[in-house]
This record gives sequence, C-alpha cells and structure tokens, in this order.
Amino acid sequence: MTVRVQEEPFDFGAEANAFATGRTDAGAVVTFTGIVRDLARGDLDRMVIEHYPGMTERALEKIEADARARWDLRDVLIIHRYGAMGPGDMIMMVATASPHRVDAFEAAEFLMDFLKSRAPFWKKEITQSGEEWVASKAEDEDALSRW
Amino acid sequence: MVDVLYFAWVRERIGLPKEQVETSAATVRDLVAELCAREERYAAAFADLESLRVALDQDLTDFDAPLAGVREVAFFPPMTGG
Repeated sequence: MTVRVQEEPFDFGAEANAFATGRTDAGAVVTFTGIVRDLARGDLDRMVIEHYPGMTERALEKIEADARARWDLRDVLIIHRYGAMGPGDMIMMVATASPHRVDAFEAAEFLMDFLKSRAPFWKKEITQSGEEWVASKAEDEDALSRW
Repeated sequence: MVDVLYFAWVRERIGLPKEQVETSAATVRDLVAELCAREERYAAAFADLESLRVALDQDLTDFDAPLAGVREVAFFPPMTGG
C-alpha cells in the first residue's frame, strides 16, 4: 500500500507496470490517471495545485484504509502531484489490485470519488487573461452518497 | 495559542498562509467571529461559511466543533483534487 504526494512528474507506464508485474495474489489490476485538461477556450497556460502538507497524506491514507476495509484488495497505489503543470500533464493516478475484477474497479472509483472532495488539494487555472480557483461541483459531493 | 492556516483563495484574501492566534474561543465559529472583528480582510474571507471547510489538527470537522486542546486550525474552500 503506497501513498505518494509529490511535486515532480511520475511515469504512469512505469508505475502501472511495477504495480501489476509479478503478482500471483491478484488477478485484477485497475488503474486510473487524471490529466490536466485544457479549457474550452483552449487557453490554459498552466494549472497550479496547492495542498495541505501533513493533512493530505493523512486524508489519502484514511481513504485508502476505508477502501481496503470494504473490498478485497491486495495492493493500492495513490500518487498525487502538487505545484505547476501544463495541459496534458498527469496530475495523479490510483491503482488497485484484487483477486476479483469488480473489487478492483469499485475500489478505484471509490478512491477517486473521495480523493476529489476529501483530500486537501485545490486547483487554480492560469491563463493569459488571469487566474481562477477551480470551484468544487455539487455532483462531486453527491457522488459520495452512492458509497 | 493556536496555529491558524489558510489555503487557496482564503489564503489569498487574508494575505498570509499561517499565523499564531491568541484566543479563548470555545468553538470554531467563535474563533471566526474573533478574526472577523479584527480586520475587513478576515470578514471578506469568512463572509460565507457555507463555502468554507475547516480542519482541526488535520481532520475535517464543522464550525461548531470545540477548540479545547486543538493546536492547528485550517480554513479552506471545498477541495478540488483528483
């Protein structure tokens, strides 16, 4: 079980391979990665992610422990970046390993839902014309109620 | 004395990331009232508590939570990770 909060980029392929390779205990690995999306106007210069050092790690570890209590998981990986990144850059990834496909898929969705609105990260979008904090969406909060 | 931390637009509106506050406030809501009485920038940041979240010693809680024994209070907007 690994939680990493880091400024530097990560290699999604290498991380996914290292996570999935050599397993005999889990027949299913699911990965998700979040990527910086350009704005509809196509003018995003960069995204800056702020976080709350200390609480971030605690929150991610709690979300991960909640997922492990609920599904049959043999391993979990969460990587989340902070700092400045450009359109197309990878922000974060999660990976889950389970003997069963459904557990791996559901746990990955659960991790993502809680990570979005319970881990202390804040995104700011910066364009030529200014900068704006990304507002949270009601549906992100609503998504938690399905669990 | 508690450490008070601000993040994202709360930090920008108040103009600093962290400060030590001498307070005898019983709850988070009382602490917010004390801060708002200090200066306009606090009142501006705390104008709508519905749009804010609070953590005590790095655990999310609500504005009615008691402050007894708490060392670190953090105020921030709803989170936008992922």
